[in-house]
Amino acid sequence: MDPAEHNYLFLTVFLIVAIAFPLLPLALARLWAIKFAPPKPGDQKNATYECGLESKGDAAIQFKSAYYLYGILFLIFDVETLFLLPFAVAFTGLSIGAFLAMMIFLLLLAEGLAWAWMKGVLTWR
Amino acid sequence: MDEGLRSELSKQGIFTTKMEELYNWGRKNSVWPLQFGLACCAIEMIATTMARYDLARFGAEVFRPSPRQADLMIVAGTVTKKMAPQVVRLYNQMPEPKYVIAMGACAISGGPFKQGYNVLKGIDRYIPVDVHIPGCPPRPEALIHAFMTLQRKIDEQSLTGPDRARHLCPETPSEFPIPQFGEHDLVPPSNPQVWTPPRGATAASGQ
Repeated sequence: MDPAEHNYLFLTVFLIVAIAFPLLPLALARLWAIKFAPPKPGDQKNATYECGLESKGDAAIQFKSAYYLYGILFLIFDVETLFLLPFAVAFTGLSIGAFLAMMIFLLLLAEGLAWAWMKGVLTWR
Repeated sequence: MDEGLRSELSKQGIFTTKMEELYNWGRKNSVWPLQFGLACCAIEMIATTMARYDLARFGAEVFRPSPRQADLMIVAGTVTKKMAPQVVRLYNQMPEPKYVIAMGACAISGGPFKQGYNVLKGIDRYIPVDVHIPGCPPRPEALIHAFMTLQRKIDEQSLTGPDRARHLCPETPSEFPIPQFGEHDLVPPSNPQVWTPPRGATAASGQ
């Protein structure tokens, strides 16, 4: 067989070896288990939690989505402090226009807070 | 295989072995203990794994944090009655083959706390213990000795036949009953499958 004519033969060989390499040990282990080692499953052995303690209740617990709105409000005012600090530093040198723009920005945020407050977002139920 | 032929072959530089010996050789040199300490004996156990005593020489340096990956449970320390159910549950969750070393006076008998109302008088009341180490606490050398004893025990286990290793018999249990908290004591106070009171023991001392 001329190797030049079968350029992709080595790929086939490679593929076969690549499949056999992981499957062979797994098959041997399986054969060993069938021949010698009897499986001994049980309730405790198959339990999900492996800390020595019994798990209680359901793992799929739900958190309140109310915290999401609370978190967003916090984030907004957290970012606001980033703007407030340079505003305070440059306060004496600001023009009246810049001052007004900043006041409108603060007012908008305060308005949003008041709206959320009225909606009852800040009350934890 | 004939023992004489085998020795003759080994003189000629041909190594022969049996499946069983190969299996046990692999097993005894890769015993992974459960990372699990109960009291002061655990400090000695930790010292055993560290550089000075170096349990890694025996293939047991990989302390597994999960019972699913462990072969050996070293019960290192006082087993309180509150802890006993957890110890038994962890043992149940270990895959076969599994072994237990009871390390220290407390783990084998209750030790200096034997009279305590809350101390289990030996973990062998609930799970089958392969090697007991006395000492309070045992030195790392003692743990290494126990480990080598366990390795010898593993080496002698056979794959087939009526006296084959415990985990290879389909009828022997892999899980042992977990004791519950009763009104005064753990219920049952011991597992009769693995432990019987020593002969001559009275009801009072065998509590």
